[in-house]
Amino acid sequence: MPQIKTKKIISNTIIYIILTVLGFFFLLPFFWMLSTSLKTDQQLFVFPQVWIPNPIQWSNYAGAVTTIPFFRYMLNTFFVAFMDVLGTVIACPLVAYGLSRIEWKGREILFFLTISVMMIPQEVTMIPQFIMFSKAGLVGTYVPLFIASFFGGRPFMIFLLRQFFVGLPKDLEDAARIDGASEFRIYRSVILPLVVPGILTVGLFRFMNSWNDFLGPLLYLNNESTYTLSIGLQMFTTQYQTEWAMLMAASLLVALPVIVMYFFVQKRFIQGITFTGIKG
Amino acid sequence: MKLNMEKLKIRKGIEAHNFKLGILFTLPWILGLVIFYVYPLISSIYYSFTSYSILNSGHFVGLQNYKDLFHDALFLKSVKNTLYFTALSVPINIILGIIIALLLNNALKFIGFFRTVFFIPTLVPVVATATVWKWILNSNYGLMNSILSKFGISPIPWLASTKWSKISLVMIAAWGIGQAIVVNLGGLQDISSEYYEAADIDGANVFQKTFKITIPLLSPVIFYNVIMGMIGAFQYFTLPYTLTGGEGTPNNSLTFYVMYLYNNAFGYLKMGYASAMAWILFVIILVLTVVIFKTSKKWVHYQ
Repeated sequence: MPQIKTKKIISNTIIYIILTVLGFFFLLPFFWMLSTSLKTDQQLFVFPQVWIPNPIQWSNYAGAVTTIPFFRYMLNTFFVAFMDVLGTVIACPLVAYGLSRIEWKGREILFFLTISVMMIPQEVTMIPQFIMFSKAGLVGTYVPLFIASFFGGRPFMIFLLRQFFVGLPKDLEDAARIDGASEFRIYRSVILPLVVPGILTVGLFRFMNSWNDFLGPLLYLNNESTYTLSIGLQMFTTQYQTEWAMLMAASLLVALPVIVMYFFVQKRFIQGITFTGIKG
Repeated sequence: MKLNMEKLKIRKGIEAHNFKLGILFTLPWILGLVIFYVYPLISSIYYSFTSYSILNSGHFVGLQNYKDLFHDALFLKSVKNTLYFTALSVPINIILGIIIALLLNNALKFIGFFRTVFFIPTLVPVVATATVWKWILNSNYGLMNSILSKFGISPIPWLASTKWSKISLVMIAAWGIGQAIVVNLGGLQDISSEYYEAADIDGANVFQKTFKITIPLLSPVIFYNVIMGMIGAFQYFTLPYTLTGGEGTPNNSLTFYVMYLYNNAFGYLKMGYASAMAWILFVIILVLTVVIFKTSKKWVHYQ
């Protein structure tokens, strides 16, 4: 028995050592961002580099949010993400319900189409969509960035929600149906409350995607005052090529809201990813 | 007889009613499907046979765009770059993702902390990722060369040289494998402990258990990660674009397929040409997916 115990201690120690070394490399860019964001210019351009800045230059953060209209961009980003989430959580559950709890002719075909379009690379539809939005005079507005969500245009999210709906027992809505409740009422009062975790997961996914989206804003936003953070940061890079400290400060500030959010809803997030990966 | 007719009539009535309901609930998506997928798909095929740009409606050119692409040196280079990156990055990420997930799949203290550590990089906006890595890999003042110099290794030009630029990108991509790790972990937790108990009785060691039980039973998840990783690698855009300001520097060594597509469509406004590129990409991805699916019968095992 004691032999097995020693063996266990040794193997656990090895696991800890490997994880710590690997983990260090994964965290290193964060420490480095923080360290760089607090350095003066003289401290930046030394070789080899030092980790702890002396003196600590807090004013880089003030510079980061005033050199570009940081808070304005944050508000823009938040608006787009909010609208995208709103559209998704209104439309996708409706569609997922129609694809799972109602038996109708054509359901299988629509589901098959939903799965199929998930395979189409974004690049194929990107150009005609741009031409479409351009003809509609919507380039330069936020509409192209979120409008598809209101049409359930996030097939992956429909798919994910459908998995939640399918998992519910079949006779759930029968009682309500016998009582003569309308289908929409059944949907809203019986089924929807049961898939709230799924809807939260989907909302979270879309929020993160929208917050970090680069290609969409790059294509459609052409006025500096309407930029989102990801594009705003890009402007920073070209305009202030050498302002590394401010850039790091701004980058940290952009990453922060999402990371903070992750810590609050960690479980839901992990569950969503596993769910699509394994059961999908 | 009459009763049966009545029944049939009622059933028909229910069917019609359900059909109406089904259409009603899925109506947003039926419209969305047409507006955002079917129509763009069809018009994209059409554009790919024209010299369309947003400024002028162009004319029909037949297969000319496709023919031109195969004589376009930069196009061929972007294909080569993308293939090279995919071939290097996907296997590395798959193997690293499995190793880290195996290590994290132990009931140890602080394991939750470690899981978070490996996942956090995926939450960082790509633009911020590009910025910090550009600074870490700076040839003259970068952290990476600072660390290497401590081990007596002379500075490496990383993103500044054609030889190292793609390796740098592979490294940065490996930093963001948190999603694959999470999916792997989910798969590992689904493996029944009975298999390991049986193996313990037979006196199997850790390596035998890993390669004879864990990896085969994890293969459906690995399969999923291979497909997703490959599709993602072929569509790599934001990171190389933000790292190089859309230029693909140095010497186009970081001009990836979708970057070149983007530059054609929205830089030079050659939208017909770019549409042809998009369709070629679609076919490449489709073919590779089918090939992987076909081979999967040989190496994917289901519990």
